[in-house]
Amino acid sequence: MRGSTHALKAMGGALAAVLSATALTGCGGGVSTGGSGPDGIVSSSWGDPQNPLEPANTNEVQGGKVLDMLFRGLKRYDPRTGAAQDMLAERIDTTDSITFHITVKDGWSFSNGEKVTARSFVDAWNYGAYLKNAQKNAYFFGYIDGYDQVHPAEGDPTATTLSGLTVTGDRTFTVRLSQKFSTWPDTLGYAAFAPLPRTFYDDHAGWLAKPVGNGPYSVDSYVRGSQMSLRRWDGYPGPDKPLNGGVDLRVYIDNNTAYTDLVAGNLDLVDDVPASQLRNVKQDLGDRYINTPAGIIQTLAFPYYDKRWNTPNGYKLRTGLSMAINRPSITSRIFRNTRTPAKDWTSPVLGVDGGFKDTLCGDSCVYDPARARKLVQEGGGIPGGTMKISYNADTGSHKEWVDAVCNSINNALRSDRACVGNPLGTFADFRNQVTQSKMSGPFRAGWQMDYPLIQNFLQPLYYTGASSNDGKWSNRTFDGLVDRANAESDTATAVRTFQQAEEVVRDQMAAIPLWYQNGSAGYAPRISNVALNPFSVPVYNEIKVA
Amino acid sequence: MGRYVIRRLLQMIPVFFGATLLIFLMVNVMGDPIAGLCGQIQCDPATTAQLRAQYGLDKPLWQQYLTYMGDLFRGDFGTAFNGQPVTELMAAAFPVTIRLTLVAICFEIVIGITLGVLTGLWRGRPIDTGVLLLTLVVISVPTFVTGLLLQLLLGVEWGIIKPAVSPGAPLDELIVPGLVLASVSLAYVTRLTRTSIAENARSDYVRTARAKGLPRRRVVTRHLLRNSLIPVVTFIGADIGALMGGAIVTERIFNIHGVGYQLYQGIVRQNTQTVVGFVTVLVLVFLLINLLVDLLYAVLDPRIRYA
Repeated sequence: MRGSTHALKAMGGALAAVLSATALTGCGGGVSTGGSGPDGIVSSSWGDPQNPLEPANTNEVQGGKVLDMLFRGLKRYDPRTGAAQDMLAERIDTTDSITFHITVKDGWSFSNGEKVTARSFVDAWNYGAYLKNAQKNAYFFGYIDGYDQVHPAEGDPTATTLSGLTVTGDRTFTVRLSQKFSTWPDTLGYAAFAPLPRTFYDDHAGWLAKPVGNGPYSVDSYVRGSQMSLRRWDGYPGPDKPLNGGVDLRVYIDNNTAYTDLVAGNLDLVDDVPASQLRNVKQDLGDRYINTPAGIIQTLAFPYYDKRWNTPNGYKLRTGLSMAINRPSITSRIFRNTRTPAKDWTSPVLGVDGGFKDTLCGDSCVYDPARARKLVQEGGGIPGGTMKISYNADTGSHKEWVDAVCNSINNALRSDRACVGNPLGTFADFRNQVTQSKMSGPFRAGWQMDYPLIQNFLQPLYYTGASSNDGKWSNRTFDGLVDRANAESDTATAVRTFQQAEEVVRDQMAAIPLWYQNGSAGYAPRISNVALNPFSVPVYNEIKVA
Repeated sequence: MGRYVIRRLLQMIPVFFGATLLIFLMVNVMGDPIAGLCGQIQCDPATTAQLRAQYGLDKPLWQQYLTYMGDLFRGDFGTAFNGQPVTELMAAAFPVTIRLTLVAICFEIVIGITLGVLTGLWRGRPIDTGVLLLTLVVISVPTFVTGLLLQLLLGVEWGIIKPAVSPGAPLDELIVPGLVLASVSLAYVTRLTRTSIAENARSDYVRTARAKGLPRRRVVTRHLLRNSLIPVVTFIGADIGALMGGAIVTERIFNIHGVGYQLYQGIVRQNTQTVVGFVTVLVLVFLLINLLVDLLYAVLDPRIRYA
């Protein structure tokens, strides 16, 4: 009896030892919400980046957010207007829209002291394009001559560097494209085109553990999956110097918790207010809630590889379906006005000069049940009498709006079984079925722009065989107009030609535009001057701490 | 005893292989993980092929499983999609979840058994009825409701705790999440102890002990409790594994970056390496704790002996 009590006591002791031991190991990552004035630290919500934080490998918002603080490229998109402005580019000259002569500004360096030269760009682009590095943004270099050799569609690459890139001096290099693309320099603000320091290649693992860039912030500490502390880099030569001391990005599993933390005063900035909290946001935050347009559009795409959806009169059916959707009602009821009913296939962030045209879709995007019924009938009716809208049920509030869209269509067409939602378990599963062309009916298609150009809203989505043309839509007139627009050396004419191409998309109703998505954010009283850029990412360097 | 332990350890081997194979198959049935990696944009075929080769997804499934198991025995759990070795993820996640589980278990033992003894000894009294009602409420309310409610009240309204646990997850911040995680099991432990105590309180050996004139305290702790704890220990033992795997809800609410979080990420991103790795370790934990529980019987009740 005695012995067993000892055993129990020993167990208790062991338990206590484990508790204290694990407690010790966990003491490393304390949170500091400290400082005020120009040295104050802003704490902000973050999601775990899906991919390693390499510029040419980061294709989602969470990783892009960090790259935007760590890197500056040749161009930068104005956080308010979205216009591409020179950053490290002193000049980009071309006479034929094919060969571009680029001069890099003097006096820039990486935060480890290494100078930013023409090589920093050329090496980084070659790395990004090379197939063996399996960079997910490799296609951004696809316009540069020699891409087929370093990144062939099949088989092994026959070259390691792009033949279209030539270093001509310490700060100069030339880029030769494989086709005319007059607005190509405006794409250079995208993170994939960022320069990289030598340590990226020499000590890759070390660089990933603590990335080094040339932007206004440098990484102070990074615990993958939980927190990254960025601090103002005082050697930064750019015009957009931070107005705060740094930013702590904290990973939240659920953005509801981030919002709760903000309301409780433990977090300064939430850059994605969850849909379920939109009801309380005015009461909780007052005017510290931001809701501004972003370069994101939601559409319904169709499987053109399915004969039933690709009939000569199909455009009438699709236009009819578009007119059966009551956009204003859904955006106000389900999204509480964080979406704006779509009036074309681009985004308001482009501005009128950039190609946004709120009259382009016209009647085809306005709820009109009577005409919808007529057009659907003329278009041959819904194949099989029932259509399923596929979506992924794991993220976002897709279920709610898909059900609402179906409701609207069913009401307009006076049929209970015209439309029904088809949830798929995960995003990967959804993408899997989309890319394998297995959709039997319309499916949700969201598009977040890579760069604020009308080209980016049309070519990747509707050009024959384009990377995101998931519905496999193909139209010769559209393709011709896009080619012409790309070759146009005058920007205004190029935009106008793109709009003509967009009219083809409208007439054929290649995809039904639903709504533009807004960026939504909320912040604490101790910070001010908070804004979201057209990519719905906070403009961190402009945030002031009281 | 020694032979029994060895036999049990050997039994673990087929269970281990079977469980990992099942998980491996299940994750693979979910579809192609590469499809979700490029976001809204379709990865170009060449990059897809390259990634597939990099993660070994281009091989037939049986070969993938064999390679995976081979690597496993060399301590290599593969690489997650964000470029981190899975062992690194485990090193970050398991200490946090173990701490959370221990906090929960402590609550179960201390509060659960105390309440169980009290109600068992005072059956039918107001305290008994009160605790029974309370446990009924706790059992019937889902964990996420309890969690969100406590987070809102203690974290936002009264400002006693931080609504989200900081990345290091220190012990003091884990008290409320631990209580939430423990809540349902705690109620079961209370009820289990109560029934067991009430049953044994009328047994002969307790009457004998009392007749010998032993102090009430000694009768309860040494004679009554010791024999009544056997079913409770079984339950708590089995619960350790369940708590570790089931912490997903609690971890999500309180933003604790533990096993639940990594499993969730792994499943959403269809990351075979992460899911299989973490589940494998959880299976091992389950098996070992089950063994430990069985061995504890012998300590609690010398009549139970294994040949």
